[in-house]
Parts: sequence; C-alpha cells; structure tokens
Amino acid sequence: MASWPKSSWKKLTHVTDWYKTTSSCYVPRWGRLVDRLCSTQNTFKLYRSDSRNTFCRRYSASSSEYYFPGAVGAPYTDKLECIAGEKEGRIPCFRIMNEYGEISSTVSKQHHPDHQLEPVMMTSMYQHMLKLHVMDTMLYSAQRQGRISFYMTSFGEEATAIGSAAALETADVVFGQYREQGVLLWRGFTYRDFCNQCCGNALEPAKGRQMPVHYGSKELNFVTISSPLATQIPQASGYAYGMKLSNSRNITVCYFGEGAASEGDFHAALNFAATLECPVLFLCRNNGYAISTPAKEQYRGDGIAGRGLAYGIDSMRVDGNDLWAVYFSVKEAKQRILETGRPLLLELLTYRGGHHSTSDDSSRYRQKTEIEMYSERLSPLRRMKRFLEFRNRWNEEMDQSYVEEQRRELLSALEEAEKAPKAPLEDLFNDVYDELTPHLQQQKTKLLEFLSRQKHPTESS
Amino acid sequence: MNITSTVATVAARWSRCRFLHTSSSILCSQVGLAVEQTIQQQLGSSPETTRMNLFTAINHALSTALETNDKSVVFGEDVAFGGVFRCTTELQQRFGSHRVFNTPLSEQGIVGFGIGLAVQGFQAIAEIQFADYIFPAFDQLVNEAAKYRYRSGGLFDCGGLTVRAPCGAVGHGGLYHSQSPEAYFAHTPGLKVVMPRDPIRAKGLLLASIRDKNPVIFFEPKILYRSSFSQVPLEDYQLPLGKAEIVQSGTDVTLIGWGAQVHVLCQVAEEAKEKMNISCEVIDMMTLLPYDLETIVQSVKKTGRVLISHEAPITNGLGAELAAALLEPCFLYLEAPIMRICGYDTPFPLANEKYYLPSKEKCLDAVVQLIHY
Repeated sequence: MASWPKSSWKKLTHVTDWYKTTSSCYVPRWGRLVDRLCSTQNTFKLYRSDSRNTFCRRYSASSSEYYFPGAVGAPYTDKLECIAGEKEGRIPCFRIMNEYGEISSTVSKQHHPDHQLEPVMMTSMYQHMLKLHVMDTMLYSAQRQGRISFYMTSFGEEATAIGSAAALETADVVFGQYREQGVLLWRGFTYRDFCNQCCGNALEPAKGRQMPVHYGSKELNFVTISSPLATQIPQASGYAYGMKLSNSRNITVCYFGEGAASEGDFHAALNFAATLECPVLFLCRNNGYAISTPAKEQYRGDGIAGRGLAYGIDSMRVDGNDLWAVYFSVKEAKQRILETGRPLLLELLTYRGGHHSTSDDSSRYRQKTEIEMYSERLSPLRRMKRFLEFRNRWNEEMDQSYVEEQRRELLSALEEAEKAPKAPLEDLFNDVYDELTPHLQQQKTKLLEFLSRQKHPTESS
Repeated sequence: MNITSTVATVAARWSRCRFLHTSSSILCSQVGLAVEQTIQQQLGSSPETTRMNLFTAINHALSTALETNDKSVVFGEDVAFGGVFRCTTELQQRFGSHRVFNTPLSEQGIVGFGIGLAVQGFQAIAEIQFADYIFPAFDQLVNEAAKYRYRSGGLFDCGGLTVRAPCGAVGHGGLYHSQSPEAYFAHTPGLKVVMPRDPIRAKGLLLASIRDKNPVIFFEPKILYRSSFSQVPLEDYQLPLGKAEIVQSGTDVTLIGWGAQVHVLCQVAEEAKEKMNISCEVIDMMTLLPYDLETIVQSVKKTGRVLISHEAPITNGLGAELAAALLEPCFLYLEAPIMRICGYDTPFPLANEKYYLPSKEKCLDAVVQLIHY
C-alpha cells in the first residue's frame, strides 16, 4: 500500500513560529490581527493559512480550556468582536520586473532571473510568448475568415501561461480551463497539433468532436479541456490525491479564472484539497473579466488569494504580466507543495487583452482607453522584450523576423490541417463507452442503412 | 401496399405470434441472465456462502474491491465510521484512512474528486449519502464523467468511477429521502446505471460496476438494506452489466421492474397465479443503462401483454422509454396496450406514501385489465 508523506507534521511547528512574525491572519493567543505585509515591497510573501493539526497539537494537551470542535484553540474573549469582512489593505502583488522591463533593485538573488536562468532559457521563454501571440493573432483571423468556427486568444496573458509552464515539468499534470494554450505550446504541442484540433480533422485525438481550443494531450499531461466552467477544479484535487497515493514527486496544476472561482466547484475543490491534503497548485488567472462581468461585480473580498486563508490553504498573489514573478512564484509553489504535501493557491493578476472569444465584442462593455492602457503599457510581451534588449539578447529586427517566420509556419500548419480528412462517421458512436453497446450498435446500423438509400447533407453543403 | 396485402401481413404475423405463445418456454431460456449459473461458472458448483442482508453484501463487495486492487479507494460523507447505512463498516480500520475516508459535505466535490482520481487510474468508489442529494453533482456526472472519454477521443477516461447512492421509498422518507432519480442519469450517454434487488446480485453487480471501464451510478434501494437476505458467496464474483434477469417465467403477462419494485412484482405474479390462474413473467432489468432490450422484447413477444412498474414519477420515467422501445419490435405481438404503474407526478409524499407507490394492488389491477382488454 502506498505510504503517506508524514513530513508535513514537523513542518507545521515552523509554520506557527513563522506566523508570529509575518503572517496576516487571526492568530490564537495573540488574538490580534498581525498585518505587516502592506509595507513590504518586492519581498516574496506567502500567506500562511493555518492547519487544524497545529491547533490540536498546541492546545489539546497543554491547555485546561475546553474548546468547541469547530474551532479548537479559538481563545475566549469577553469583548464581542466582529472581524471585518473587508480590510483596507490588499494582499500585495509580487512583482520583480516593472512595466519597463527593469528588474527590482531589491529583489533577492533567489528570485533574480540573471542569477537563476541561462540566457538561452530567457530568450526561449520570450520566443514562446511571441509564438503564442502569433498563433492567437493568426487563428483569430482564421475564424474571422470562416476557416475555423471559434477561437479564444490569450492576448495580454502570455506571461501567465509561459511563465508557469516554464516553472513546471511536463510530468506535472495540468487541468486547464480553456485559455492555457501557452502551456501546451511550451510543452511541445506543435502548430500542427493546434490547427488540427481547431479544424476538427481526423488527425486530432478527439476526432473533431469538440469545438476549437478544447485541446488535450496524454503525453504532455494536459487533460482535455471541457467547456463547463470550474468542473476541472475538484477533479484536479482528486487527481492530486491519486498522485500522492502513488508516491509521485510531481504535482497537479489547475488553471481557472476569477469568474470560475465563483462556481461551487471551486469552493468544493479547495475545501477537499485542504482537508484531504492534496498536492495541487490552484492557479487563478484573474484577468479582470468573466466575459463582460468585471471582477468588481464578481466578488467583494480581496480577490481570489484572499480566500486561501478561509480554506486553510497557503496563498500568493503575483503580477501575472511579469514573466519572472510568475516563473519564480510557480517554482516556489511547487516546491512548497511537494514539501508539505498540501495545496497552494496562486493568484496571477493580469488583464484579458482580447475579447472573451470570437463570439464576443468587448468594446460593448469596456472602454477602448482601458484596453489600450493594459495592452500597451502593461503588456507582458513589451516588458520581456525590453528586458532582453537591455541585455543585448534581442532587438526589433529579430522580433520582426521571428514573428514573420512563425506566421509562415502557422499558415502552412493551418493549410495542412484544413486539407486533412474529417474523422470517419463511425467515430460518431465510438468512445461513448469503452465498447459499442447494443443500443449504439443498432443506432449506427440504422444510420448507415439510411445513408445507403437516402441522400444526406454532404460536408460541402 | 394495398389494404388486402396489409391485412394478409398482419394475419401472418398474428399467426406467428400465436405460434410463439406455445413454444415460448424454450425461447425464453435463451435470453436473460442466469445469475446462479453465472456465479457457478466463476466459483464452481458449491461456493462457500453466508446469509447476508443488502448492506452487508455491499460492504463485502467494497472490501473485495479494496483487497483486489491497491489503486481503489472508498470515500464520501460519513464513510469513515461505516456510513449512515453501515455499508462501509470497518473498511477504514482494515484498509487505512488514505483509502477509506470522509470527505467534506459536498456532492459536486465528491464526484469531481472521484473523476480526478479515476482519470489518474484509480478505482474511485464514491458514496452519495442519499440519491435525493445527488443533484449538486449532476453537472460533474452528466457533463464531465459521462463525456470524458468521448471528448478526449479516449486520451482520458474516468471509467474507474463508481458512484453509489441509496434510493427509493422507506415508508417515512418524504420528499428528500425517498426519490429514485435513475431516469435523469439513464438519459445520459456515457454513464451506466445499475440497481440491484437483493444481496447476491448487489455484490456481483457492484463488483462489475467498480471494475467496468465506464463510470457507473449504482443505486441501492435502501429499504432492502436490512430487509433483503441472500446466501451470498464469500469469494469474488461479478454479474455482467447490461443484462436483465427473468426472475420467474410465465406466459400471459410480462412484468418489468428493477430494484425493490421487483419484489412487489413477484408478489403480484404469485397472487395472479393463485387467484386468477394468470401466468406472469417477472423481469428484473438490473442495468438501466444500457438496458437489455432483447430479453424484454422476447418476453413480450411471447406474452403479448406487458406492465412496467417503477417508484419514480410516471411521466418521462424509464417506463416510458421501455414502452416506446418495446412497441416497435412488439407491435404486432401485443394483445393489449403497454401499461405503466408508477409513482405519480408529484413530489414524493410523506403521509400518503402508500397511495403514491405502485403497490401490489395497483399492479394486480393492471394485470387484470391487461388480460381483459
């Protein structure tokens, strides 16, 4: 039988000490809100949530007080206190590289790209962001030209996908929402793979059954996308639990948006992961909009990271447009998850530069000036380009020729995908079950018999 | 086709139908699942058995599943202490708290978590405490579990998922502890839906459900937990999904049901025989999706009369599906319209439960109507 890592027990005592000095949460015995975080900048902070185990250990043996099972260790007070639901300060946002591509002068070596990464890796990350941007631009146009039926771009969120993907291993299993094509791109999914799926041809694994952008890859450990929102989050908890039982040294990573975090599945998933100690990284891409609904109409509290404490899950907030902040936070998150065997919530603040999808026109609900401000000034691509230019590793000319080369590659992949045959009709009935049931067999026979004697709409009509 | 030839065709079919009536018993033995025989094929002619009730048989099946596969886990609300119906008694002590554990109180969480485990390659055996509370998990079951293989072209599947849920009337359950929601799930391609009627079948069907390569919802009629007994083999055996069982052979009327209702139908058959010398054939569907059409078609072709009975509301219930599916192949064999005796289109009542239920008396009355039609 699989063994269960016990390491978390000892770590927890350190957590309690750590608490006293840095954490922003309600701590028993001190009975006050310790909040020193707002004053710190460029300091990597992790919001330590508490553990039921810590409370039990600290209080059950030594104290003579009786505690209710729902909150063991909650100190008694004769002053009626109402804990504020809204705080004035906000959880700070970890950022290393500012909008001009300059690295903070106070950032630690541990989080400094020049100290931690090879130049080749840095360039490669930027190139992947560019590739993602080119692919999105081209496939968006392809939809507008009627060549594919639907598309969703990652404009403005290139750093969330590439930064997080680069910090993980391919063996870390990804449950995505739908705007994480950059993760696949980093892992080696080719333009051809993307185009085959978007064209729904016979060469794509799901045999053209799903709408465009519902990618999946077994070998790249990317679980096939489904349209319902947030359903992947509790599944990621379950998958992570299985990984832990199997003594895996990898984690499960679950991407979702701040809108999806309003679904019940989000709550269930975090609560399950916390209580059952699942090694899963919850990665929220808070891009400010759920289709047209702005974040301020989505939740009242301090974003998504602010919820970690309530679930007993450690959480971080990071500038999602800063590739380095994303990269280092995900690296650290993974390490902590593996050390503690417990989940972690990472909120990446970013901005959806494009429309929700090709079926959406975001100019109807947001100002052009707003889009321009985020898309130009806070562009993750622009930041990274400047970063590389400062180091003489990239320039405008290289940028243009690289983009041109990628455009050509993508176009040829798209043309090939368009020409590829559609999956055979049998695949309408296959894969519903592991084997064709008598009912499906009968229905298939009837359809084939019908088609043998009747004309039916052909593909071209 | 002119009228004369139509009449001739009908007459020819009619005579074939009559002929079938006389040779029915031979045909009948070839369809349906022979449960005892199937078990004997797996365990030999005299397997060691113990008298068990339904919850003990479920417990036995779960423990067999946990013993035979390290990558199997059992979880749900209150599962650790043995479950509110005692189905998971002592499993945590025997297999450890990492394989048998409580979850927070969230059905969508339980099923979503179970899907993830199953995608990872585990046999994820989830318990929903009451079938009445399965609806928060509807999205996870219908949009996720059922479509996992199809939408990924087989790259990923959650075939290892089994969701157990106690269902049905108990005499005092009212709206929210009595429902039989099988029809909602039997309308979902990709799921399998199973309901056993006694302990020996429950063990074999549950083990088959757990090991099936598709997600299965396994409804357990909770009234039978302590009231239904069988001599259950102690060894590991399975009963195939997708097969109905002819519980008792007959020639005049086919009675179709599943779960606890099969016991009602057996009583109906007994009284019909005793009081009116009507010979009823009772069929237990056992698997509700994909269901065994062949067995019921053969039976109805033989008897020419059919009553379908279930506790769930009649409108759009599974009885409607079976009636429609039977009609096409059996049209010319029928001597009376297909009848359904089911729950009414009301929420499940408390004070008037007895009047709501498809009782023996109502079913018997329907049998008489079928005969005299």
